[in-house]
Formats: sequence, structure tokens, C-alpha cells
Amino acid sequence: MQTLRRTPLHDRHVALGARMVPFAGWEMPVQYEGVIAEHRAVRGDAGVFDVSHMGEIEVEGPTARAVLQGALSNDVERLSPGEAQYTLVTNDEGGIVDDVILYRLDEHRYLLVVNASNVDAVYRWLKEREQRGSDVRDVSEEYALLAVQGPRALERLGLEPAKAFTWAMGEIDGVEVMVNRTGYTGEEGVELMCMGEDAERLWDAVLARGVVPCGLGARDTLRLEVCYPLHGNDIGPQWDAISSGLGWACALDTEFTGVERLRAVKEAGPKQKLVPFAMTEKAIPRQGMPVSVVSNGEGGGEVTSGTMSPMLEVGIGLAYVPAASARPGTELVIDVRGRPRRAEVKKKPLYAKETAE
Amino acid sequence: MAASESYPDGLLYHPEHDWARIDGDEAVLGVTWFAQDALGELVHYEAPDVGATVTKDSSYGEVESVKAVSDLISPLSGEVLEVNRKVVDAPETVNEDPYGDGWLIRIRMTSTEEKDQLLDAAGYRKVLDEA
Repeated sequence: MQTLRRTPLHDRHVALGARMVPFAGWEMPVQYEGVIAEHRAVRGDAGVFDVSHMGEIEVEGPTARAVLQGALSNDVERLSPGEAQYTLVTNDEGGIVDDVILYRLDEHRYLLVVNASNVDAVYRWLKEREQRGSDVRDVSEEYALLAVQGPRALERLGLEPAKAFTWAMGEIDGVEVMVNRTGYTGEEGVELMCMGEDAERLWDAVLARGVVPCGLGARDTLRLEVCYPLHGNDIGPQWDAISSGLGWACALDTEFTGVERLRAVKEAGPKQKLVPFAMTEKAIPRQGMPVSVVSNGEGGGEVTSGTMSPMLEVGIGLAYVPAASARPGTELVIDVRGRPRRAEVKKKPLYAKETAE
Repeated sequence: MAASESYPDGLLYHPEHDWARIDGDEAVLGVTWFAQDALGELVHYEAPDVGATVTKDSSYGEVESVKAVSDLISPLSGEVLEVNRKVVDAPETVNEDPYGDGWLIRIRMTSTEEKDQLLDAAGYRKVLDEA
């Protein structure tokens, strides 16, 4: 058995009474007080997540941009220093090796924040495509990453609002941080990157400002309510980016690995689509449950993520369904361990502040 | 508010973390403090139908938290007389009061001997210590 890795905040989590679980090779807090309470803290005030297990890869040099343009689905040319971009590492079939956020640090220096389970794959992927005049480095060990999210996150951190998908250097109570205007909850907030040795000081400062510690459990329910896909569940190498609903992150007028295939899928239309749905009968959908369409009995669909929505208080999820049955309002049947339960395709996001209450 | 850990005397326990409170030929069934704590806050109770048959050591329903699903293992065999609708509507009742308001079903037992195979509170605590 492989030893689980620990983030620089491990002792803090244990001291707070977190329930620690294995996740992508790391020992991570799944909850402190409880998933639902933490979820509601983020929707109503502010919560902080230790996401230091995520990887960081730097690409530097005069040809860095060319390397990234050829390896990533979005248009790197559109990114100025100080900006960030959601983009995909795609394979020859247009499948998703990882979904990442690309930050342009300066003229010839970029940083990718990648999923914990894909650090090695993305590093190798980029390393193989390295050109003369570019250097790809896995710098994951050096940094800690804290996501502070919620309607009061900025106020509690003493930060001014800024445009989403931008970044700037800043300081929180004496700790130097890269303040990234990104997140995975659908709420306003930031992701703070600091040196690993400063992580405990930053964590303590954030908690002292009244931000609630939140675990990976709430991170998952929050992202599902706003229909952000999770790599390894909802997106992956086996599904092309168009079918996965991420065509918006693919600049099909640029040349990158798998672009021909994605152009062809776009032209012909995908066979299946990833859609959000909500249960109309009492049940909680879970990953792997078969899905069929009520109107024509067509099967072959599959739930890729599911949970009970703490805000909507119904079962929600994401599923691949036949493309002809992907319209909001389409009635589905989810096979809940042998029990057929009704659900309905919904518009994204499943939860939005304006529609609640 | 979650209950604090307890395993009341007077109940009979099944090693799969279920309890029974016996009253004549009837029994009320539920899950132990340990079970609800391991699952976390419950958000769904898939209850059996009234009139259904439950069999000792077999599943009669499910409870789910945000992250996990757990089968409900019946400590005794019998016929379902009543389902706790309060838990169907508010599954977190089990977390708040696992041995009281958080009971799950009431059955009429079909065997008088089965209960002799169940554990008392001390025996169940031993199971937890050895796990």
C-alpha cells in the first residue's frame, strides 16, 4: 500500500477534528462539523478549503506559449499577464486528460493548476511536447492552495472585488499570496496560493477572520449544484470535450491535440451529452447508475455524479444521455439499485441564488 | 444537533450496527449511534412498505448521507407494522436521536428464539472495540 501524502495543513485539520479520508493519493479532510453545515456556510457567508493536494506546473521560456497552444484546448493567445483561463488537456480523440486553470504569470511564464490525480499525467504530457526555449517544471511541492469562497469571502479577507479569472499578488495578515479570482463553488471568492511553509499562518489568519473550515464533501456538493464537472467522474479521456459540454473551452480555430476530432464531433453533433438533472421522486442518484429516457425508453445513459442538494433538498446529478434527449424538461428514469425513480433534465446551474427561496 | 455517543442498556444489538427494542411479540428497530456517526448527517431513508416481510441478517431498507449509502440490516425476522414517517420526512432525526425519535420500523416478530442471538450493550461495545 502506498503511503498517503499530507498537505502542510494536515495537523491543523486533525486538531479541528476533521474526518480524514484518502483522496487521489492524499489524506484529506472530507468534513469538519458536517457536509451540510459547511455547504450552507459557503452559500451564506464564507468557507475555506485546503486544496493543496492540487498540482502546479510551470511552463517558462520564449516558446512556452507555443507549447501550451498546442497542448491546451483554449486559445492561449487571448491570455494577458494577470489573467487566467479555464482550459483542457485533450488527447487525440478529443477526450479530456485533465481540466486545468492556466495563469499567465508574465510574458514568458505560465502556471497550470491541475487536478491532484492528474499531476503526473499532465506533467509528462507537457514535458513530451517541450520545445527548445521552454522549460516544464512540476512545482507542486512548493505551494499550498486555499480556496476561500462565499458571498462574504472578500469582505472577511479585506479584499476588493476584481474581475473573475484574473490574479494579482497580495497579502493576507502578513502572508504573501497569489490572489486568484477563481473557484469551484459558484460563489464569489478567491483561491490563495502561498509557499508551503506559510500555509499554517495563512490558514490561521483566514480562520481568525471568521471563515468556516470546509472539507472535500462540501466542495463536491457545492460544485454539483452549479454543474461544474469533476474530472474522473463527469469528464475524462473516454468522453470528448464537446459531448462533455466543454466546447466553450475549446478554441476550434486553433491547432491543438485532438482538434480535428472535436471539429468533426461539433459538425456531426455529439451522440451523447452531459446534462444536469434533478430527481422528481425521492431518491439520491449516485455515480454509475443507469439512465433511460421516459418518452422513448432509450437507455444507455449513465449518472456520473450525484448527491442530495443541501440547498434544493432534492437529489441532483450529472449524467450522459442521448443527445436527442438532452433538452431541459426531458423526463428520465434513474435506476436506483433496481428501483426506477423519475428525474428531469434541468438547465445549468441547478442552484442559483436568484432562483432560491 | 447530533447526539452524543451512547448504547443504552435494555436494547438488543446486531453487529451490523442495528438495535431492537422488544415489547411482547413486537419490536422497534433502528441504527446505533456508531452507524449514524459513521455515515454522517442522513438525507434519505428508503423505508420498506408496511406489511412487508423482514428477515434477520438481511436488508430491509437503506439510509443515505450526502456521501454514502448503507443497507439497513434487520436484527430480527417479522412483518412490518409501521414505518417512522418522521424519519422519511426528516432523516436527520436519526442523527439527533438514534434510539428515540429516530427509530425506523416497528415489526411483529415471527420467531421467539432469534432475539437470543443478539448482543446486549456490553457485547455490542466489544464488537466496536474490536473493529
